[in-house]
Amino acid sequence: MYQIVAKRQLAPQIYLMDVAAPRVAKSAKPGQFVIVKMDEKGERIPLTICDYDAARGTVTIVFQTLGQSTMEMASLETGDSFSDFAGPLGEASEFIHEDIESLKEQRLVFVAGGVGTAPVYPQVKWLQQRGVQVDVIIGARSGDHVILEAEMKALGANVYVTTDDGSYSRKGLVTDVLKELVDNGTRYDHVIAIGPMIMMKFVARLTKEYNIRTTISLNPIMVDGTGMCGACRVSVGGEIKFACVDGPEFDGHLVDFDEAMRRQAMYKSEEGKYLLAMEKNNHAGGCCGGAS
Amino acid sequence: MSKAVRVPVREQCPRERVSNFSEVCLGYSLEEAVAEAARCLGCKNAKCIGDCPVAIDIPAFISHVKKGDIAEAAKVIAQASALPAVCGRVCPQESQCEGKCILGIKGDAVAIGKLERFVADWARENPVDIAEAAPQNGKKVAVIGSGPAGLTCAGDLARKGYAVTIFEALHEPGGVLVYGIPEFRLPKDTVVKSEIANLKKMGVQIETNVVIGKTLTIDQLLGEEGFDAVFIGSGAGLPKFMGIAGENANGVFSANEFLTRNNLMKAFKEEYSTPIKVGEKVAVVGGGNVAMDAARTAARLGAETHIVYRRSEAELPARVEEVHHAKEEGIIFDVLTNPVEILVDDKGWVTGLKCIRMELGEPDASGRRKPVEVPSSEFVMVVDTVIMSLGTSPNPLISSTTQGLEINKWQCIVADEESGLTSRKRVYAGGDAVTGAATVILAMGAGKKAAKAIDEMLSGETR
Ligand SMILES: Cc1cc2nc3c(=O)[nH]c(=O)nc-3n(C[C@H](O)[C@H](O)[C@H](O)COP(=O)(O)OP(=O)(O)OC[C@H]3O[C@@H](n4cnc5c(N)ncnc54)[C@H](O)[C@@H]3O)c2cc1C
Ligand SMILES: Cc1cc2nc3c(=O)[nH]c(=O)nc-3n(C[C@H](O)[C@H](O)[C@H](O)COP(=O)(O)OP(=O)(O)OC[C@H]3O[C@@H](n4cnc5c(N)ncnc54)[C@H](O)[C@@H]3O)c2cc1C
Ligand code: SF4
Ligand code: SF4
Ligand code: FES
Ligand SMILES: [Mg+2]
Repeated sequence: MYQIVAKRQLAPQIYLMDVAAPRVAKSAKPGQFVIVKMDEKGERIPLTICDYDAARGTVTIVFQTLGQSTMEMASLETGDSFSDFAGPLGEASEFIHEDIESLKEQRLVFVAGGVGTAPVYPQVKWLQQRGVQVDVIIGARSGDHVILEAEMKALGANVYVTTDDGSYSRKGLVTDVLKELVDNGTRYDHVIAIGPMIMMKFVARLTKEYNIRTTISLNPIMVDGTGMCGACRVSVGGEIKFACVDGPEFDGHLVDFDEAMRRQAMYKSEEGKYLLAMEKNNHAGGCCGGAS
Repeated sequence: MSKAVRVPVREQCPRERVSNFSEVCLGYSLEEAVAEAARCLGCKNAKCIGDCPVAIDIPAFISHVKKGDIAEAAKVIAQASALPAVCGRVCPQESQCEGKCILGIKGDAVAIGKLERFVADWARENPVDIAEAAPQNGKKVAVIGSGPAGLTCAGDLARKGYAVTIFEALHEPGGVLVYGIPEFRLPKDTVVKSEIANLKKMGVQIETNVVIGKTLTIDQLLGEEGFDAVFIGSGAGLPKFMGIAGENANGVFSANEFLTRNNLMKAFKEEYSTPIKVGEKVAVVGGGNVAMDAARTAARLGAETHIVYRRSEAELPARVEEVHHAKEEGIIFDVLTNPVEILVDDKGWVTGLKCIRMELGEPDASGRRKPVEVPSSEFVMVVDTVIMSLGTSPNPLISSTTQGLEINKWQCIVADEESGLTSRKRVYAGGDAVTGAATVILAMGAGKKAAKAIDEMLSGETR
């Protein structure tokens, strides 16, 4: 069992949890993910590692409630446990294999969308702690939905925030901010974009025009997360890759985003499985008044 | 009853069983088992033993069944096999033990598998104390993977007094026995779980959710984790695809994904959260045991199911019993048929499978007649789901993170056939990780040999 040692709500529908998982905490690297499972009947849910503390033996996850599993997860409290917590899975971000001195000479910008800000955090932390100064563009629906801004600033990153509705900082999309920065003369060597598939697609399209190296992190549907099922397959540069072992980070200019988005919607109609069952039960217990 | 005919085994009727996941074969009763055992001639030079990869003393265990002394029979089997309830169900007996039975020349071979299963099931329900573990010897062995290879190696070493820890990547131990082979052939709660519980009783520790190569490396196991030896039984779990157009469409699955959702994640049960999509008409591409399992699972989930296989029925690699059961359950066999493209609608969903007819030509390297395309014979099968069951290969997670671990061009770990020793000192391997996809009993055999070799290496050392 993997106990939740802290829980915090970051935004409407976005929660952070520190989970005791000493083996994962010890091996985790930025860019990797875990698979959690709540209990015997639960699904295996992939979530990016948002932070890790080998000394405390904890791993931080941040998730947004979308459907059955994430909603149930949101109801767990400090002291509750996950039955399973496997990781770290996937390849670490490529830059951790690069020379620090050469990284310091590069100009890196992270583009984070919504809950995708969480996986950006450990990467920014890793770089800033090693003296690599980075820029971060955070985009969110509205001011309430901006997460981890203060934490990123505390690491010393230059943070730009933009909101869809203009309720906080400025109004506009992350691509607007990136475009402005580049058009005003910032010469980025590497863009790392993590967020909704559609956002990553448009960031990659823009950076292709500007000819800037771009890395994105894919979140296709997964089952095992160890390369055993192929559910997570994506087309990258015309080749089939398994995102759970070959990724999740890939060259944004080579990914077939349209296919990835179609595949992500594969279980859309199945998501109702649980809700239907709940309704059926309520129905039986509710309106028929115990007739038998 | 004539000596030439075996005592038939009771099965769930096909019409009923296609709508449930309960076991198809119901097994022998005591009377039936005794009657079947009575057919065995108790050969002196028993040919059946020679074709059992773990050399169970078949005439000896059957002679105890004949007398109704099932506890003794169980002890005989336990000397050679750690998972008899499993092997009695899933071994390809017709090409192993039963294939060599002398009675098979003129009539039916003795139903060795069904008898073995009977004894193992009886021993589970009427616990006999089979496991006598030696006192702890203070040495630690790590076993990677909890499939038949790993479970067997762990059991043998625990019996010899080693402190064994199994590290399993998934949340549930058992390997293919839990994620691949369906419930209706191998019940999980009764059979697999109890075999694993026996190991735990012997003191074997099982740590699930540990992916070797990611959570821990082999070097860490031998270093800071303090293990004296490592056995790799990580299987061959990486699914193959055909590389045809449309293969990434929605509705195309590997057999591993389809079976994992259903078996490991129990998607067929309403109260489990993992979804599964089956559609109305399914094409399963391939002709092995895995294809049969996927097809029979799809049928149980309500789909009209076809097996699409490029050779003829005679070449189907699946066990005869599985093909027979599949047919009884209404699976349609489209043989001499090869997919060339998956047709997809504008939203990315499968609408059909374009195939070409095949005919058998000259024998190829495997000795089987090679299928060749019949020119301009393409046609479209209207299906909404395609399940690819084309085989699997070992996953590179371990080999790519372990320096000096030699692999061959099929990604299989290179290991000595007798001892399982790899190119790394203190690191042994066996099962599908070494041979590529094979069988439960061969994986067990490899686990056994490695346990013996590990014991021989470590018993010479002092700690
Ligand atoms: C590598 C990776 C990292 C991820 N990191 C995060 C993260 O840090 N924070 C976060 O909030 N979410 C993350 N996700 C997405 C998260 O796994 C899904 O939101 C979650 O599984 C939805 O479960 P549900 O039952 O609540 O929703 P459902 O109602 O079942 O599904 C809603 C949507 O979630 C996606 N989804 C459903 N099941 C899966 C699955 N098994 N695997 C992947 N996606 C699925 C699909 O797009 C689906 O349309 C990540 C996914 C991947 C693959
Ligand atoms: C659907 C299906 C049906 C089959 N039917 C039959 C049959 O009827 N009869 C028969 O004899 N054989 C059958 N087989 C083949 C048989 O199941 C295998 O040959 C056998 O299970 C191999 O055993 P193993 O121990 O080598 O590996 P596996 O059973 O594959 O077990 C390997 C285990 O290692 C784990 N693992 C992998 N990598 C790591 C890692 N890095 N760290 C930690 N753990 C890891 C895996 O999660 C898995 O649990 C079938 C196979 C399938 C897929
Ligand atoms: S283990 Fe398999 S091959 Fe050996 S006797 Fe049993 S069924 Fe036959
Ligand atoms: S060969 Fe057949 S008859 Fe002879 S001992 Fe074996 S099972 Fe019995
Ligand atoms: S999630 Fe199964 S192979 Fe990637
Ligand atoms: Mg879900």
